[in-house]
Amino acid sequence: MSTNKPVDVVTRAEAFIRQDDIHEPMHDRFLWATMQRRDAEAAALPEWEKLRDLASQIKEHTLTHLDEYLTQFEANATKRGAKVHWARDVAEHNDIVYGILHERGVTELIKSKSMLQEECVMTPYLETRGITVTESDLGERIQQLDGQPPSHIVFPAIHKTRQEVARLFARTIGTDPNNDDPHVLTEAMRNNARPRFLAAGAGMTGANFAVAETGTFVVCTNEGNADIGASVPPLHIANIGIEKLLPRVEDLGVFLRLLARSGEGAPLTQYSSHFTGPRKGGELHIVLVDNGRSRRLGMPDFWHSLKCIRCGACMNTCPVYRRGGGLAYGATYAGPIGVILDPTFDEHKYSELPFHSTLCGSCSAVCPVKIDISEQILKWRRVMASKGYLPLAKRLSFAIAGHVFGHPGEYHALQKTAAPALHHAPHFLLYNQTLNPWGRERDIPQLAKQTFREWYLAHRRNNGNQHTES
Amino acid sequence: METNTLSRESILAAIRQNLPPQRVSRPRIPAFPGPGRPLRLTFKEHLRLTFEEHLTKAGAAAHPVGSPAAAAAKLVALHPSAQVVCSAVPEIAGTRRAEDVHDPHALADVDVGVMRAQFGVAESGAVWVTQEDLIVTALGFLSQQLVVLLDPNEIVSDMHEAYRRVRLQETAYGCFMAGPSATADIEATLVHGAQGARSLDVFFLPRA
Repeated sequence: MSTNKPVDVVTRAEAFIRQDDIHEPMHDRFLWATMQRRDAEAAALPEWEKLRDLASQIKEHTLTHLDEYLTQFEANATKRGAKVHWARDVAEHNDIVYGILHERGVTELIKSKSMLQEECVMTPYLETRGITVTESDLGERIQQLDGQPPSHIVFPAIHKTRQEVARLFARTIGTDPNNDDPHVLTEAMRNNARPRFLAAGAGMTGANFAVAETGTFVVCTNEGNADIGASVPPLHIANIGIEKLLPRVEDLGVFLRLLARSGEGAPLTQYSSHFTGPRKGGELHIVLVDNGRSRRLGMPDFWHSLKCIRCGACMNTCPVYRRGGGLAYGATYAGPIGVILDPTFDEHKYSELPFHSTLCGSCSAVCPVKIDISEQILKWRRVMASKGYLPLAKRLSFAIAGHVFGHPGEYHALQKTAAPALHHAPHFLLYNQTLNPWGRERDIPQLAKQTFREWYLAHRRNNGNQHTES
Repeated sequence: METNTLSRESILAAIRQNLPPQRVSRPRIPAFPGPGRPLRLTFKEHLRLTFEEHLTKAGAAAHPVGSPAAAAAKLVALHPSAQVVCSAVPEIAGTRRAEDVHDPHALADVDVGVMRAQFGVAESGAVWVTQEDLIVTALGFLSQQLVVLLDPNEIVSDMHEAYRRVRLQETAYGCFMAGPSATADIEATLVHGAQGARSLDVFFLPRA
């Protein structure tokens, strides 16, 4: 069992919401706009739902034949001149990467965004061993300079205002603290990063997809930062989670059509780069990383989470994520996908995350690979409950609910009496700040005048079994 | 046993032990008809217009140029103050030939990089360029501005068709480029020229 204290996600989300009246509405607005662009792109493709089905099936096929496709990938990548390494866990991964860099005397590494590198807490490991690591994705660089992890898979600094970025850059790279124009700030970082790209002894990337058929891996970015890192320094290291495999090149057609449309509402990222062996005059190392993935494959309720392509759509659509922000989760992966991935790394530390959800199901509805995210969240709640991790307030109300739902007579009686009572109950009692933290930033919904059961019984009496549409 | 071999065997063994009992078969990917074509347009015209529409949305621009001379003139018109024009194509001479560059670091001062794409993709406005087209891969990323030559007859409809054309077994590097470098990392504001090229102009010009 972990020695870490459980992440108090409610208090952390509250801190984000309560800091002022700017951050939370801004965060909500940006991500919702991204979601609306996603919806427009999805609606414009008649085959959208078919593509989601195909993507889900291809991933399930690959994962149920993962040993075969991994060895095929390894053989083809090796044949093309890449050196393939295998890492069971974080320690092995970081050790391999450091070994490659150390052997070649590399002291400066330029890297692009990789959730797996976040998972491995790689940067601090390398920095304590004398290697300077520079994030080259703008959002990641902002977070690195601020000493924070990314708060979103695709938009790492989306929780920050432009004024905060301006103050941060003024402090760290010497820009004007009063100029918060995103164009000026982006240009300042471009000029700051260029010499680092040119001085770096190695470039490091992750991978969005790896193709067994050819030994290729694909990296998708908008800034072109991964490509500079891979094409300028003589050495390219890519780390790839073992779940990133796809059987064939033609499968990429399905996934690239889904990825950027789902994640950012564009038909494609600006750069979709395909690496098959080292470039002319370069050296390529691939680190295949397990870190709990093979174990997750054996979890009947949760192995489907390995289908995730890290698009971020579930975060953008999630009403809880959009309001509470990504840092609230205190984990590598935030949002609905984080809620189902993080406990596979540490059940104790992330025991409260499955309750940070409304179970509205929107995440499952937008997931491009059709992961049953909201159902898995519910299943994780059961796991946490069975292990006694349930937060106290929930344990009490669940016990009452369990009793009431088990006795329909009491349920109907309670429904009839509770509803009028709610209309008259003092607001402070219902939304008590201590007993019901969820209610702190929310108000109670309007209750229907009729319960569904009353409506149904009345309708049955009036219409019998006839379907009267008129 | 060497650590790497040990880790490899241990990961594969763990996977085999944990494989879900129901083995899912690989689905067949059907051909998708794509959106309808207006009757007044030929199929090729429709592809080219759709390509241009998406290219523009991605922040790039397309220009019809009738000849290599017109292409060279267009380049100067677009980038009048460019000092270093590094070209990987025979149609445009430039001030530096990509074939003469042996170290990618030598491209740090390039104002305009010129290359030819093998084909375009209508549904995204992306062009496919490989290591062989760039000669030095970094030409596509260190150059401040990009000019990409493309035969307007070489445009495919969607990514499925695109992947039937790419030959990953023949190149160490290939990229679908869908416009200039972009970011929306500060307050979701779109900015071009984050790290890679600040602009991308496609010149419609068949191979000489």
